[in-house]
Amino acid sequence: MSSNEEILSKIQEILADALGTDEDEASASATLVGDLGAESIDFLDIVFNLEKTFDIKIKRGELFPENLAADGDGLASDGVVTGEGLARLRERLPFADIDAFAADPQVDNIQDLFTVDMLVKFVAAKTASDE
Amino acid sequence: MRWIWIDRFEELVKGESARAIKNVTLAEDHLHDHFPGFPVMPASLMLEGMAQTGGILLGDLNDFQHIVILAKVPKITCHSWAVPGDTLCYDARLLDHRTEGGTVSVTATVGDRLIAEAEIVFVHLDENDPELGNIDQKNFVFSMKLMGVMEVGRAQTAGETAGEVGTEYEAN
Repeated sequence: MSSNEEILSKIQEILADALGTDEDEASASATLVGDLGAESIDFLDIVFNLEKTFDIKIKRGELFPENLAADGDGLASDGVVTGEGLARLRERLPFADIDAFAADPQVDNIQDLFTVDMLVKFVAAKTASDE
Repeated sequence: MRWIWIDRFEELVKGESARAIKNVTLAEDHLHDHFPGFPVMPASLMLEGMAQTGGILLGDLNDFQHIVILAKVPKITCHSWAVPGDTLCYDARLLDHRTEGGTVSVTATVGDRLIAEAEIVFVHLDENDPELGNIDQKNFVFSMKLMGVMEVGRAQTAGETAGEVGTEYEAN
């Protein structure tokens, strides 16, 4: 199994190709959308490259789930994710820092859960379980 | 003008590769502006032809059940240029595919000369997708009767000049 540092380094290369970022720009805490400028199309490109680089299979929605919480679905109210919504986020994004998000659980901030660190932890767990 | 940037489909190996050609001609208005006195096929339009070739390769894999949309070009390198009278050959290879979309690598050559090479990412959309209305139709690989290029040359009988055309794939 690769160490997290090795995984991070490879992910930084993938992000440099997919998003045109400098490798030092993609620090572990960087958010894919806010800090690195990723768009929805880039998520698919990143998934393809993670699968190829780490020889893993990622199911649709497993890494970047869609429709996580919105007003009207019972998981958010007035643009704020509810307690139930937070529980759902923990379930669907087990490698994201939900505790930090819970301090200001705006629906608009959900995209900030997608960080470089989340990718590293996801790949580490995936490669470990495949062995 | 129709948004068809390949003239004829030459070969399709399901799930693996596809080849199409594009003849560059001074009858195309844009060559007179690109550039005055030095007509060369614009790289952007070559890329369209490369994407149409690769998009049909991906679409065929799912029997054209999804709308295939050119989403992203992570890599493209132009090495040379094509001028009127040249026949550009687009060779696409399927790199990866999944339910959300796929990636292809495509080269453009004139004879032995490499003109351009690219990697292209496509996404699949379905007819009822709410995003559909927000997307420029030109990004739809199969719009505007593009699929007609699959039939070009097929009416000819074996032994005529284009007799070898289209022998590698089954027409839908």
